[in-house]
Amino acid sequence: MSLYKEGSRAIKGVTGPLLFVSNIKCGGYGEIVSIETDTSTLMGQILQVEGDLCVIQVFEDTMGLNPESTTVWLERDVMKISLSPALKGRILNGRGEPIDGKGPIIYEELKLPIQGLPLNPVKRSSPNAYIETGISSIDLMNTLVRGQKLPIFSGAGLPANELATQIVKQARVPGSKGQFLPIFAAVGITAREAQYFINFFNDTGTIHNGIFFINLASDSAVERILTPRLALTAAEYFAFFLGYDVLVVITDMLYYCEALREISAVRDEVPGRRGYPGYMYSDLASIFERAGCVRSGRGSVTQIPIITMPGDDMTHPVVDLSGYITEGQIVLDRGLNDRNIYPPINVLPSLSRLMNKGIGRGKTVEEHRSLADQLYASYARAKEVERLRLIVGEDGLTEEEKFFLRFGEMFEEKFLNQGDEYRDIKESMEIAWDCLSILPKEALYKLSEDIIVKKLSGRERKTS
Amino acid sequence: MDREGVIRGIAGPVITAESKVSTRLYEVVKVGNERLLGEVIRIRGPFVDVQVYEDTNGLRVGEPVFFSGELLSVELGPGILGSVLDGIGRPLDRMGDEGDIFLRKGFEAPTVPRDRKWKFIPLMERGQKYFPGDIYGVMLDVGGLEHYLMIPPLERPGTIAWIAEEGEYGAGDSLFSSTDGLTLQCLQKWNVRVPRPFKGRLPFNEPLITGQRIIDTLFPVALGGASVVPGGFGTGKTVTQQSLAKWCNADIIIYIGCGERGNEMTEVLEEFPHLKDPRTGNPLMNRMILIANTSNMPVAAREASIYLGMTLAEYFRDMGKNVAIMADSTSRWAEALREISGRLEEMPGEEGYPAYLSSRLSQYYERAGRVKVLGSRERVGSITVINAVSPPGGDFSEPVTQASLRLSGAFWALDKSLAQQRHFPSINWNLSYTLYERSLSDYFKRELGEDWNMLTLWLRELLESEKRLQELVQIVGRDALEDLDRWKLHLAWLIKSFYLQQNAFDDKDAFCPPKKQKMLLEFFREIDDRVTKKIRDGALFSQIHRISLPLWLERMKGLEVEKMETKKREYIAELEEELSSLEVIQS
Ligand SMILES: Nc1ncnc2c1ncn2[C@@H]1O[C@H](COP(=O)(O)OP(=O)(O)O)[C@@H](O)[C@H]1O
Ligand SMILES: [Mg+2]
Repeated sequence: MSLYKEGSRAIKGVTGPLLFVSNIKCGGYGEIVSIETDTSTLMGQILQVEGDLCVIQVFEDTMGLNPESTTVWLERDVMKISLSPALKGRILNGRGEPIDGKGPIIYEELKLPIQGLPLNPVKRSSPNAYIETGISSIDLMNTLVRGQKLPIFSGAGLPANELATQIVKQARVPGSKGQFLPIFAAVGITAREAQYFINFFNDTGTIHNGIFFINLASDSAVERILTPRLALTAAEYFAFFLGYDVLVVITDMLYYCEALREISAVRDEVPGRRGYPGYMYSDLASIFERAGCVRSGRGSVTQIPIITMPGDDMTHPVVDLSGYITEGQIVLDRGLNDRNIYPPINVLPSLSRLMNKGIGRGKTVEEHRSLADQLYASYARAKEVERLRLIVGEDGLTEEEKFFLRFGEMFEEKFLNQGDEYRDIKESMEIAWDCLSILPKEALYKLSEDIIVKKLSGRERKTS
Repeated sequence: MDREGVIRGIAGPVITAESKVSTRLYEVVKVGNERLLGEVIRIRGPFVDVQVYEDTNGLRVGEPVFFSGELLSVELGPGILGSVLDGIGRPLDRMGDEGDIFLRKGFEAPTVPRDRKWKFIPLMERGQKYFPGDIYGVMLDVGGLEHYLMIPPLERPGTIAWIAEEGEYGAGDSLFSSTDGLTLQCLQKWNVRVPRPFKGRLPFNEPLITGQRIIDTLFPVALGGASVVPGGFGTGKTVTQQSLAKWCNADIIIYIGCGERGNEMTEVLEEFPHLKDPRTGNPLMNRMILIANTSNMPVAAREASIYLGMTLAEYFRDMGKNVAIMADSTSRWAEALREISGRLEEMPGEEGYPAYLSSRLSQYYERAGRVKVLGSRERVGSITVINAVSPPGGDFSEPVTQASLRLSGAFWALDKSLAQQRHFPSINWNLSYTLYERSLSDYFKRELGEDWNMLTLWLRELLESEKRLQELVQIVGRDALEDLDRWKLHLAWLIKSFYLQQNAFDDKDAFCPPKKQKMLLEFFREIDDRVTKKIRDGALFSQIHRISLPLWLERMKGLEVEKMETKKREYIAELEEELSSLEVIQS
């Protein structure tokens, strides 16, 4: 390491969060710089190098920055985060500095680049441990598995935050002795939302054994690029170095992508769909892929990112690209929410791609898959009949179709609408069987004869 | 003489170097102090643009670059089947120590292992004349697979001066020399961007049997043909490709995970070694090469990975094998192309993709086909392409889907609404098509009998009338339908539920051989004949509806082919009995 710092005062221009600086010898791609202005020291990162000219993105507000009196110092290193078990129980800002007034963090020697390295696919092991969230529509129909990345697709005003906190509070891996660590990354959320989370974590005591990174809507947009990466680097450290089962909640990835778009626009890049940059898929993947289990160790990283769908539109590029990367999605529905059904999870577009690995004999129950399939098929049919009713009217429906209508109602009101209650998988299944008991036996074609007899005979046919 | 240059600029995966030596397009370059692998993609005077196959973070202006003088090539030889390579051919299982879970940069490892030996058996002898493509010997690879050793395509014909005796040899050992100085080892190299030559193209005459009912019955792809599988996320592209990789009747599978999930690669690696090839009994992994360039791995390597895969496919094709190559997903490849093009500040075309998107794509598809391969003895090999496409928002009108559609002969359109109803595979029968039907009709006649065509026609017509009837119901309501039409709707529902749907995760259902497909279709057809007649004779649909057809169909699906005929007769007898017991009010 050199004793003196190399720097440049030749600031050629500033636009938004970007600085154009010349006279830099041997600029390094992705390296960190500190930017000394009249009043403060800012942090930046080299985005592009051409000869001695560097394009630098500044993580703080560049308002009032005067090129004449600014010096850019090269740190000669990529962005790293210091790590230590002492991070547990701390609240940090979006750049990783403590903001909880509990004093500085005593770090150990370990520093890791926040960009992270890809996990070698050969060294991964498939996630396969069932996580019980206590929420029927997740546990029974869209099972979360340890090491999975399962986002919540939400809409403005829908209770994604409530659902995420409920999962953090309740999630457990039955029979596992692993240490559990929630990491929470707020990206561009409002102060009110942040307060909700802090209060919640205070009330539940989670505040003492979690780590919290907070970038508020009022903080610099460019900083949002860092926050999820800081959280995930910490997550990988706790998981793969210390053996924790880490659950990372990131909210809201929409704001992350907006920051990405903002920087891309200033750089005059060719915009992709709705102005988001063409490399957004790869960029999002470099975040979402940082989840999983490995062959050699105990630890795991599970991710629950929250993504708001602008205009409830699932084909919006941020939502769409996320769906292509994550291992399924939990979709919140405005119609259900308007009818005060909580959690308002629409099971039809929801999916857990890793579900099959976490359920079945020895994990939950043998008939788990077929029960879930039957619920899907019947609920899809119920929704179809509801639409048909609009055309032909209630009287135009057959007896069988009316059973489906009743099933649909009960499914939504009893099975989905569970409120804050924690239900273990047994309870969830009981309610599911109650709902199915409405239907004639012929309609239960996804279930084996034995199971139907075992589960439904003697059960009083529920009429909702 | 050192062929060096100096880094002058860095923008993401593309660096600009200045150099005094002359370079070639697509020449391999080692970049920076860490010697990251890259490839020249543009030359402007003394400035050379290089796409780097590894993460460029931390790379600095002023660091050296080294020009190798070679084009990007892959090693071909024994020991590559069953392996997992990254986008540029490095075996991922040899990367790092046991405890290294992350991919480090600047890693080098040969594709063909150097620490192994294989049994060699010469098939030609001294003094014999040879031609390019001729098989001079065979090595026994994993699971006893015969790995043919061929005279490389670009060598001249000649005469054998010496050939090694039967025995164990490694990658570096000489096995063959000619009178004019050619010496060969089992290891060859080939430039990935150049198609391997063959003698001539042959017409399609056989399908790739996939064991997926909807594909084999309605939309078959020919051996040597190309199919695309477009679909939004969660519609089943990966599961479909994996099912084909497991059960299709190709000899060799090249599976390219191109910019998709790491866990999906892991899943293949965990699952395939334990599955048996239904035809040979060998572990499925032994006939497969996995190319893993996941979404979080460097973007430029994604661009290269499909050429790497195709070259491997051609190598096995040249041995006379039927190879199936699947890329999941072509869209990610195209996006890599777009990103690199953007960094070069090229003029963007539609949706930001470079104007050469479709010509690059067609270069890839052109390398598929059923061909007469090189060599003095007649051999036929084929490469069948099965490409997933991930259209943004599931909208098929975007450039990658459209370009793929033009280049392929079978189109398996995955449908979000079917997927949401958990109807899998969610191949939409109205939108999908195949252009291979005519080339394959002789084959099906021979294998499944004259009546196969009739059965598929019957199926298509039923699905067609279902569509029409559904539209009618929307307008006039169901009560206006005649009983016969209501039966048709119900039958279509049965077909959809018990024939077109196929559960990839059910051991009994995952693979359905063509004979079984025929048996099932016949069963449907016979049910239809009898029920239709009864309704014509005055029975009501509501009476028919009570018969437990779903149960029978579910049971039939679970049976082995040999047991189906007897069971079918039993059920048909039962059906006839039930039908004759119905009280029909004659009007
Ligand atoms: N043939 C099938 N049988 C059963 N389930 C399927 C089938 N195809 C797809 N699925 C279900 O759909 C999910 C998504 O499929 P996948 O192939 O991963 O989608 P894509 O690659 O198009 O995003 C799977 O996790 C699985 O639950
Ligand atoms: Mg996929």
